[in-house]
Formats: sequence, structure tokens, C-alpha cells
Amino acid sequence: MNLNQIMTLLPLIILASFAMGILLIGAFAKNAKGTSTIGYIALASMVFVFLSLFLFVGKGKMAFGSMMRMDVYSIFFNLVFVVIGVLTILASISYVKITGIHSGEYYALILFSMIGMMLMASSTNLVMLFISLEMMSIPIYIMAGFLRNDDRSIEASMKYFLLGAFASGFFLYGLTLIYISTGATSYQAIANFIAGTQRWNLSKLIWVGIAFITIGFGFKVAAFPFHAWTPDVYEGAPTSVTAYMATGVKAAAFAALVRIFFSVFSPFQHDWTSIMWLIAVLTMTVGNFTALVQKNVKRMLAYSSIAHAGYLLVAFVAGNAMGRSSILFYLLAYAFMNIGAFTILMVMAKKNDYHEDLDSFAGLGFKYPLTALAMSVFMFSMAGIPPTAGFIGKFYIFSAAVKSHDYWLAVIGVLNSAVSVYYYLRVVVYMYFKEPEEEIPTYRFSAPTVFSIVLAVWGVLQLGILPGDILNIARHSIMALM
Amino acid sequence: MIPVQLYFVVSAILFVIGVIGALTRRNAIVVFMSIEMMLNAVNLTLIAASSYLHSIDGVMFVFFVMTVAAAEAAVGLAIFLMMYRKKDTIKLDEFNLLKG
Repeated sequence: MNLNQIMTLLPLIILASFAMGILLIGAFAKNAKGTSTIGYIALASMVFVFLSLFLFVGKGKMAFGSMMRMDVYSIFFNLVFVVIGVLTILASISYVKITGIHSGEYYALILFSMIGMMLMASSTNLVMLFISLEMMSIPIYIMAGFLRNDDRSIEASMKYFLLGAFASGFFLYGLTLIYISTGATSYQAIANFIAGTQRWNLSKLIWVGIAFITIGFGFKVAAFPFHAWTPDVYEGAPTSVTAYMATGVKAAAFAALVRIFFSVFSPFQHDWTSIMWLIAVLTMTVGNFTALVQKNVKRMLAYSSIAHAGYLLVAFVAGNAMGRSSILFYLLAYAFMNIGAFTILMVMAKKNDYHEDLDSFAGLGFKYPLTALAMSVFMFSMAGIPPTAGFIGKFYIFSAAVKSHDYWLAVIGVLNSAVSVYYYLRVVVYMYFKEPEEEIPTYRFSAPTVFSIVLAVWGVLQLGILPGDILNIARHSIMALM
Repeated sequence: MIPVQLYFVVSAILFVIGVIGALTRRNAIVVFMSIEMMLNAVNLTLIAASSYLHSIDGVMFVFFVMTVAAAEAAVGLAIFLMMYRKKDTIKLDEFNLLKG
């Protein structure tokens, strides 16, 4: 391994060294103060990773024997992961204090799973794809069960682990079938094999393989009909972990999905588009209509995350350059608005009483006007109301669908979006137009939490009012993929 | 000489047995064992494919799959232990707080 390769892997090396260092420090700092110090160390690692990413812009270097590629596409996703990491760690610092998670391993696991996410966005080999998927998932199985005294957290961890392992079995079988039918594991070699073989000479097993890896990805992004675990796991896991996995895992899975389907399986685009069309429509519809009847805001956000996976799949089905770059843009926008909304829930959490139901929001606008304002911004953004990031993201996704002449998909998407306005605005209505039934408890705002909320609001408005730069970067990133 | 296709058939059958076990059993450990069986069925496929295609990639893949399965087992058993400490059972039906 020469210096050049080490430089390519610098972001991953920084993350891994910080994560292992945190594990060592965590063994000696078992109290609340030590844990928040470790939180700041984890935050510092994000800054270093952020800076190291700029060393590679436009390089497109390979590493690990061409098993991964640091191109502009993976750098865009790495930036999204850094945003997710910064927002989650900032919000976690006071949340872990409230819930009594006094262990530095929490932050180490966040960094470890982020290594998996980064590898997943840049992997160009089936072996690397599988390992990175597991590197991302295994720390999150543990993190979902971090509240060891909370029955719901244990149940969430168990469900996520069993279903995740089950889905990765299918995913692995799919990768194997693709290997059998093409004789290669690297994306480039598989793409060459497919391009050089007549369609009817290809082994039928490749279709089964593609179907199986679709199951694996569908599970990770919470697409219908593999979404059943989502509400339970998102509700039971600690809120900071929910925010992290709702955005991070989804972004990583979409990064790998777009890379493999548009660079390797693009000759079959017509075949998988019809299946994905159905999955996209059902994912949006099921997510939105089930979210309508939820009384628990955290569970409502879990169903809304299924719906958002549906919108992203709409862009995936559209499949043109615009659709692909809007996936990237929407994932970044989703990171800001979703983690922001979960941070508000983290502020409201008390030990043994998490204040997650809709009634806890009643009258919040009078006692805590700024918090309510921030929550309204996030809700408006998720509902897709201008001038927020969610509006621009949805606008580009649906125009991509129209551009590929899939008018029905665009119509169904817009109707779904209209349905979702009901349950997002219900939170706003509760905050401003409903008298609280009991006294609103005093919520404490620590500096990192406030900074996280401000950052999320800034991100939502920045992407909503001046989206041009990020859209351009997303477009360039997609070009690097081809 | 046993034809290589038979290995594919056997491992596909093992995989299906694993899937059925994971879906029908209600004990966490047994469900996890079924999932491990799915992974090992894939390992068998990979080794057979490697010899069929005369390529080393499949054998290399198997080592990584075994490593990942070991890591998964460590995490899974820790989670089951946590469940057992809480409720004195690892029957999946006893864990039903989250629904709706």
C-alpha cells in the first residue's frame, strides 16, 4: 500500500483512528462529564474528515485493489454523512445525559457505522458492498438497544437485528447469483460482461440475483413491502439513534443502489423500472396513509420516513440525469429536516417520560416560541411547502418524473404529498392553536442542541432559497458515476 | 465426479430451509440459527461457483462472509442476553410493546 492509496483512504483512516481512540478513552471515562467530552472528540473527528474530503475533489482514485473508488459521487455522499454525523453528535451530547447513556462507546459506534456508510457509497465491488453494508448495520443494531433498561429499546434492537440479518442473507445470495452468472465481482467486469453478451445468452440467475439485492436494499431504505420493521425500530430506539439511522442508512443504501443499478445494470433499466414503479407508488401510499392515524410523533415520523423513501424511489424510477441528481439533493435536504425534527423531540425527552405523543406539542408555541418555529420549519419542509428544502427536492423529483413522460407517477406523487400535508401540519396546529391539557414541563436547552437546531434550520432554508450551488454539485457528482 | 450444479441445488435447498425456519420459529436463538444457515448455504454456493468458474473471488468472498457472520453472532447473542435479563425468556412473542 503506497502513500497515494493511504491519502485516498484518509477520511476512513481518520474515522477509524478516532473511533478506536474513543473506545480506549471511554473505558476510563464512565461518568456524564467524560461522555460529553468524548462527544466533543467525536465532533472534532467530523471536522477532520470534512477537511480531508477536499483533498480529493475531482480525483476519482481507486483503493483496496480497485474495490472502492473515491470519486466526486462518493465525496458528495461523504459530505452528506458528515452533515448527518455533526447534527446527530451535537444533538446527542445532552440527550445521552438525560437518558443516562454514560458510555463513550455510543460515539465510537456512530463513527464505526459511518465508516461503513462511506465505504458503501464508494464501493465498486460486490464483496466490498456486502462488507460495507454489514459494517454500517452491525453498530446500528447495537445502538438501537442502547437504553438497556427500556423495554422498547431492547425490542427495537432485537427486531432490527433479526430482520436485518434475514434481509442481508437475501442480499448476499443475490450478490452470489450475480457472481455465478457473470463470473466477476467488480462492477467494471460485470458491466463489461453484460455489455459483451447477448441478452438471451445471459444466465437467468442474474434476474434472481437482481431481485434479491433489491430485497436487501428495499429493507435498508424501508421500501414497501419490506418496511414493516421501520415504525417499531424507529419508535423504540433512542431518538438520536433514530435520527441517525433514518437519514444515514437511507443515504448510504441509496448511494449504493444508484451506483450499482445505473452503472452495472443500466442495460436492464426497462426491466427493473416497472417493478420499481410499483414499489415506489406503494411505498409512498402506505407510508403516508398509515402516518395519518398516528398519535405518537416519533412513530408518525417513522411512517413519514417510509413515504420519503417512496419519493426517492420516484426519482430512481424516472432514471434520467435530473432524477438521479435530485436523489442526491433530496437526501441532503432530508438529513437537515429529519434530524432537525428528531432534535426537537430529543429536547422534549425527560427520563422515563419521552413526551413523544401529539398532546405534548399542544400549546408549545406559546411557552417556547422559537422551538415551535423551528419545528414548524421542519414540518413545512417535510410537507414540501416553499421556501424550504423539501419543496425544492420534491419539485425536482416530480419534474424528473414528468420529464421521463411518467405522468401517472408524478400525479400519484403529488397527491401523496398533498395527503402528507395533513399530518405534518397537525403538529403545527397542535403547537399554536391548542390549549395544553396539563402544564408544559420546563425543557432545558444546552448549547450543542441549540446549535444543532440552528444548523438544521439554516440548512433547510439555505437549500430551499438558494439551491443552485448544491444542485450543480449534485449534477456533477452524478456525471462522475457514468 | 459430482456435477457442480448439484451443489447449487443443495445450497438453494439449505437456503430455503433457513428462510422457512427464520419465518416460522418463535425462539430468538433458533431464528438466528436459521439465518446463519442461510449465510452458510450462500457460502456453499460461493465455493461451488468458485470451482465452476475457475476464479478465486468466490473463495475470498467466503472468508469475509464467515467474518461478518461471526461479528453478527456476537452482537446477536448480546442482544438476546439483554432480552433474557429483562424478561427471563427469549420467546419472540413476549416482546410485543411496539405496534400500531
